[in-house]
Amino acid sequence: MNNPQCQRWQLLVQADHDGELGVADAAALAVHLDGCTACRALRDGLAGLSRRLHADAPRHAAPASLRAALERQAMPLASPPAIRRWRLPRAAIGGGAALAIAASVTLALLPRGGDPGEAAVASHIRALQPGHLTDVLSTDQHTVKPWFNGRLDYAPPVRDFAAAGFPLHGGRLDYLDGRAVAALVYQRGGHVIDLYIWPGNADPARAEAFAGYNVVHWHDAGMRFLAVSDLNLAELQGFVALWRDTPP
Amino acid sequence: MPEPDNAAAFARIALPHLDAAYNLARWLVRDPVLAEDVVQDAMLRGLTYMHAFRGDNPKGWLLRIVRTTAYDRLSERKRAAEVPLDTGPAAALPDPADTPEAAVADGQRRAALDRALAALPDELREVIVLRELEEMPYREIARITEVPLGTVMSRLWRARLALRGAAQ
Ligand SMILES: [Zn+2]
Repeated sequence: MNNPQCQRWQLLVQADHDGELGVADAAALAVHLDGCTACRALRDGLAGLSRRLHADAPRHAAPASLRAALERQAMPLASPPAIRRWRLPRAAIGGGAALAIAASVTLALLPRGGDPGEAAVASHIRALQPGHLTDVLSTDQHTVKPWFNGRLDYAPPVRDFAAAGFPLHGGRLDYLDGRAVAALVYQRGGHVIDLYIWPGNADPARAEAFAGYNVVHWHDAGMRFLAVSDLNLAELQGFVALWRDTPP
Repeated sequence: MPEPDNAAAFARIALPHLDAAYNLARWLVRDPVLAEDVVQDAMLRGLTYMHAFRGDNPKGWLLRIVRTTAYDRLSERKRAAEVPLDTGPAAALPDPADTPEAAVADGQRRAALDRALAALPDELREVIVLRELEEMPYREIARITEVPLGTVMSRLWRARLALRGAAQ
């Protein structure tokens, strides 16, 4: 993780790993990764560490007794006991030892709460990098749909349009618009289409483009849909039309 | 004094994040009993300060209170010169006598990672827990831990460097 020549890329690789990189930086990093073994090793190292933490560091669930006690307290409202002093925010700890690279690298981090289109393009670019996993790899919508059960607090619609030239390739969990969302992966010729689906209907239907990727937004039946691809806009709109016009 | 509708609103926004609150408390104080206390206390504080909640990110808001509460309790305990309970790695290790080899190896691997996490300074452990286990974005981690974004990134980096050895 400590190749001096690549120091300026380190926090970018980390930000990319954490899904925090803006489109321009993600594209630049993808080019650098193509030619840099050290940074690819760093990326793989970060991915390995994350897998290890997910597998072996428990996310402790609240004991049922604690949950029940809090539910009892909150619901009918017993008035809470007198509050002890409310401490002032703790001063920032340490920090002086922070690596110099933190200051020397400026990152165009994704704007939070902004247009999810740009964030979706960054996520799409990330997902296209070699070695990035599709969480569930299946052309069968009846395999992909149940895979999301228990992983999301909603059930995304899953459909296959192989007959119309847009075969379903799989799905994964992603992070957009401040929440976990379903991403369905389709193929069209040599192109990949990511379709992000999450609850909501605030967004008017529209098309836009970031860094050469087309993005189409629409909503239907209480779900927001966002399709991203480097496919030309006409064909991507064709895919969207299939989704919008074919009855489930 | 909180209003009844405040309490209902609080239950609606805070209880869905109870596991996250407990998990953070548990990793910060590393003691299951104290972690429950911290969460109880944080929930009360949260209920009392409901009016200050702006409604944009309940999970981040709750975790910020949990974190402050956890550090308060730890410093109280330190002042009282109590010896911290150690319920970590050793207690988590299975008994080799009646466990298949693979399970022993699993347990040892977990224990090694647990020790490595426990050995991190608080300010590194909290960012790694918030990022890797709670999957919070950088901006939320910065708000919860009350440091600038660049500090979050460099702390995450240092935490990951420190854990790398344990993750082989
Ligand atoms: Zn490099």
